[in-house]
Amino acid sequence: MKLAYYPGCSLCGTAREYNISTIKVSEKLGIELEEIPDWSCCGATSAHTSSPLLGVALPARNLAIAEEMGLDVAAPCAACYHNLSAARVKMDRDHLLRKRIEEIIDRKYRGKVKVLPLAEVILSRVGLDAVRDSLVHPLAGLKMAAYYGCLMVRPKGIVDFDDPENPTKLDQIMEAAGGEMVDWSHKTECCGASLSLTGTELCVDLVGRILERAAEEGAECIVTACPFCQANLDMRQAEAATKLKTDFRLPVLYFTQLLGIALGLPAGELGLDSHVVDPRPLLREKGLI
Amino acid sequence: MPVNESAAAEAEMMTEAEMTTDGASGAGADAGTGTWEPRIVAFCCNWCSYAGADLAGTSRKQYPANIRIVRVPCSGRINPQYILRAFQRGADGVMVAGCHPGDCHYTTGNYYTRRRFSVVQRFLEYVGLHPDRFSGHWISGSEGEKFVQTAREFTEKVRSLGPNEKMRDVL
Amino acid sequence: MKRIGVFVCHCGTNIAATVDVEKVAESARHLPHVVFATTYKFMCADPGQKLIADAIREHALNRVVVAACSPHMHERTFRKAVERAGVNPYLMEVANVREQCSWVHRDKPVGTEKAAALVAAAVAKVARNVPLESGKLPVERRALVVGGGIAGIQAALDIAESGYHVTIVEREQSVGGRMAQLDKTFPTLDCSSCILTPKMVDVGHHPMIEICSYSEIESVEGYVGNFEVTIRRKATSVDPDVCTGCGECWNRCPVKKLPSSFNMDLGHRPAIYVDFPQAIPNVPVIDRANCTYYLRDGKCRVCEKVCPTKAIDFTLEDRLVKERFGAIVMATGFQTASLQQYPEWGLGTYPDVVTGLHFERLVSSTGPTEGKIKRPSDGKEPKSVVFVLCAGSRDEARGRSYCSKACCMYSAKQAILLREKIPQAQAHVFYMDIRTAGKDYEEFYMRAKEEYGVNYIRGRVAKVYPEKDHLVVRGEDTLLGRPVAVEADMVVLAAAIEPRADAAALAQKVGISYNRDHFFSEAHPKLRPVESNTGGVFLAGCCQGPKDIPETVAQASAAAAKVVQMFSKDALVSEAQLASVNEAWCIGCFLCQPVCPYKAIQPKEIEERRGRDKIKRTVSSVNTGLCQGCGACAVACPSGAMRLNGFTDEQILAEVDAVCL
Repeated sequence: MKLAYYPGCSLCGTAREYNISTIKVSEKLGIELEEIPDWSCCGATSAHTSSPLLGVALPARNLAIAEEMGLDVAAPCAACYHNLSAARVKMDRDHLLRKRIEEIIDRKYRGKVKVLPLAEVILSRVGLDAVRDSLVHPLAGLKMAAYYGCLMVRPKGIVDFDDPENPTKLDQIMEAAGGEMVDWSHKTECCGASLSLTGTELCVDLVGRILERAAEEGAECIVTACPFCQANLDMRQAEAATKLKTDFRLPVLYFTQLLGIALGLPAGELGLDSHVVDPRPLLREKGLI
Repeated sequence: MPVNESAAAEAEMMTEAEMTTDGASGAGADAGTGTWEPRIVAFCCNWCSYAGADLAGTSRKQYPANIRIVRVPCSGRINPQYILRAFQRGADGVMVAGCHPGDCHYTTGNYYTRRRFSVVQRFLEYVGLHPDRFSGHWISGSEGEKFVQTAREFTEKVRSLGPNEKMRDVL
Repeated sequence: MKRIGVFVCHCGTNIAATVDVEKVAESARHLPHVVFATTYKFMCADPGQKLIADAIREHALNRVVVAACSPHMHERTFRKAVERAGVNPYLMEVANVREQCSWVHRDKPVGTEKAAALVAAAVAKVARNVPLESGKLPVERRALVVGGGIAGIQAALDIAESGYHVTIVEREQSVGGRMAQLDKTFPTLDCSSCILTPKMVDVGHHPMIEICSYSEIESVEGYVGNFEVTIRRKATSVDPDVCTGCGECWNRCPVKKLPSSFNMDLGHRPAIYVDFPQAIPNVPVIDRANCTYYLRDGKCRVCEKVCPTKAIDFTLEDRLVKERFGAIVMATGFQTASLQQYPEWGLGTYPDVVTGLHFERLVSSTGPTEGKIKRPSDGKEPKSVVFVLCAGSRDEARGRSYCSKACCMYSAKQAILLREKIPQAQAHVFYMDIRTAGKDYEEFYMRAKEEYGVNYIRGRVAKVYPEKDHLVVRGEDTLLGRPVAVEADMVVLAAAIEPRADAAALAQKVGISYNRDHFFSEAHPKLRPVESNTGGVFLAGCCQGPKDIPETVAQASAAAAKVVQMFSKDALVSEAQLASVNEAWCIGCFLCQPVCPYKAIQPKEIEERRGRDKIKRTVSSVNTGLCQGCGACAVACPSGAMRLNGFTDEQILAEVDAVCL
């Protein structure tokens, strides 16, 4: 199975470990990723706030190239997935907008390709049975809280990955990898990542609330598919713990990193050394690395 | 054209002049002048679709005046002959609307309608009339909005197909 | 000679504002056979009807077209009006120039042109109408009430008190319905059981009422005045003629911990049970899915052993009973929404999140906690309870656009009951709007706020989640414009009132229509609110739409009055617009027979003269008692012998011609 790969900017910067682990895991599961040639930024959180047209044109350009490749798009980053999907929906609904965008990007866009988050690719194109069949080190005994955040699941109609209030797809994948998932209430709470610099105080409160709930349910680590959430929950964790007068240390990992371990990939190739809260002691304790 | 002149005491034969009505209602056919407006006949069953059209009215929802409704007790009462007759008399589009399958006031009438829908559509294609000039819909008495949407969309569809010059009787 | 009069109604300004009525009348004057056309402000009013009658006499009219509102509104009115003036009522046609013209087209010239076309169609049709006569139908003077809640009970009592026999079919073991589950009722705080149980007893003892509990409607055939209904009487395993309701069996049954649906699964019941102590009939049933006897091949038999009257009979089977009724009252009530689409509120996930009906059982002295409010998770007395209004109602995006109507008031009541029973407990209510349209309702709501200190927060609840040993309810206070979080020991969701899950299936069995949300449809929202679209079937209570107890009782009595009105006549007037056969044309192919949904077409032997001989021939004949006038047969007939009076081919074709030209 071949897909157009859209890594996006984060995966080339702060979330390099997500990129590495995505490529490795895909290889292992037989997903052929062909990077979209000359891909450009999806606009992230800033483009659409400065120009609505730019917010559509940036992702549309990448979609148009993928269309020329004749491949559906795999987008691991939650924000990229969100922006690509949103552009797709907006152009579907508004023919005039589509015409405008085609002029701007100087390419044809027919709305033929689908945009899939990597988790969806694994779930619906690879299948959980195939994941179970390829397990080398099942994540037995590791209690995780799957954290989805905002961009993956909301608003319904723009993104269509999972239930907006009670998503379960990451849980399903990690369960298939042998992990023990905790059922918790803050799967989709906002972590405040976009306020990380401008409203740090509020952001720390939000992070604290999420981590506190996860810890209370007995989670030993958090898995996510969003580079913003990962960075935010990881970096603001110490501050949040201090503020709440507690001392939780919950490693925040990309689901592909843990899936990579389960599939028997060498730990050194999964970027486990690039987190603020070091996950390696926990993984060692569980005998996983 | 079989005219049913059965037992009824009062049924008198109509003269040709009486068969046609003149004047006021006849704006539809000026394709040449650019003022052409599609003329659409909608057969609606009394219990669901006609009531749905009434609800559109009580809710004051606007739709194109091109639609003219003929009330029948049940969509199963609609003889395909009526549809052909409408086209022959110059209708540009014909719409049939009945209760949703399973909800027919007469239990099963709309199942017959459903089968006839597809046959009529195929037949129109066969005689060379664009099959999109005919459409069938399920509209319940509570779906005023659906009636309006359907009326709007169908009118636009028929407008895009232009006047029915093919099956129109030469008058 | 046909002499047609056309009467165009202004309907105040409803028609006249967007249709030039004078122009419509003028164009009608040029139509064939039209000898008179006029307009009037309100054609349906007395002077309007008189105007029609006068014109009929003055101009010797023998056919009439009224251009006015929908025929669903006033066809009958105008038929009666022309009949009084000596014209057969079926020689009148309505042109619907209001609902289907003036109200839906704002452009006056366009509306006027269309109205004229609709009038032309009606004129073309009426010219081909023939006089029709209604037949008479016998009436079976027995009523069927489907559902034994307060609506069904009230309707049954009113009909029975008028001297007619009533059968109540109730699905559960006992009548009583939702009202029996309630603790107190607003706005008087009457005890619900105290006002309901006497009525239940009346129903149980009334000589004219038969209760078929633990039974369901299997099928309905026939028509107004003559329904043939098959009732499934589910096997109870208890002989009702012998059982005295002593209670030995249910007290001794070893299977004790089954969830009691009467208690919203908050309490338990044995495998042989009555719904509640005041059950009517007071005869238990065995829940075969959970009874040891049925699960383990005849083991146990404790109930059989302890029964002093030997009433237990494990061999009883479901019985199908066929009965005839003249009228049916649908009173099947409601259920509360499961709220599965709202996982953020955690109903079903967190035990202390419950619905209003659960809370009723928790405050009721007959409930699982004997009236002490305890939260389900650990039995602790709640010190803070959050009530969430519009839980699933008024939310177009997730399914239900309508208001459930009773929740504002019952939540106020529940908050008051909480404050009375646990004075130190806090009650918070999240609401969108407070709707208190009812006598003494607003006063009751004000008391909740002022006297009982219930805290009303205007805003939606975004999330409910557990924290330590309590729940946190997060939402927005839209009056303060800021997010709020309230700690609660319990959350009570005023879950939307929706029809029973099988309402649509039942409606299809009975042959009545229902709306998008599966509430049964009334014949007219204002003027015929208790009749269905199907003759002889009437509606009462929440199956028609959400309502509170007083409204339900009023509607039930109204439905009963309609039934009694029907039964008080010697015979019913049958529909005149039915199928008939031109025997001379019928070739006896019987293609019409299988398409008839009412089995109204039978073969009939006729004698004909052919030349000098008399020959016998078989042709179709229509049973006018069974025919409902759908016209399927007329379409199937290959020889044109079958016609549907009132909607003949020539009438419809004339209309088609008129609207096309």
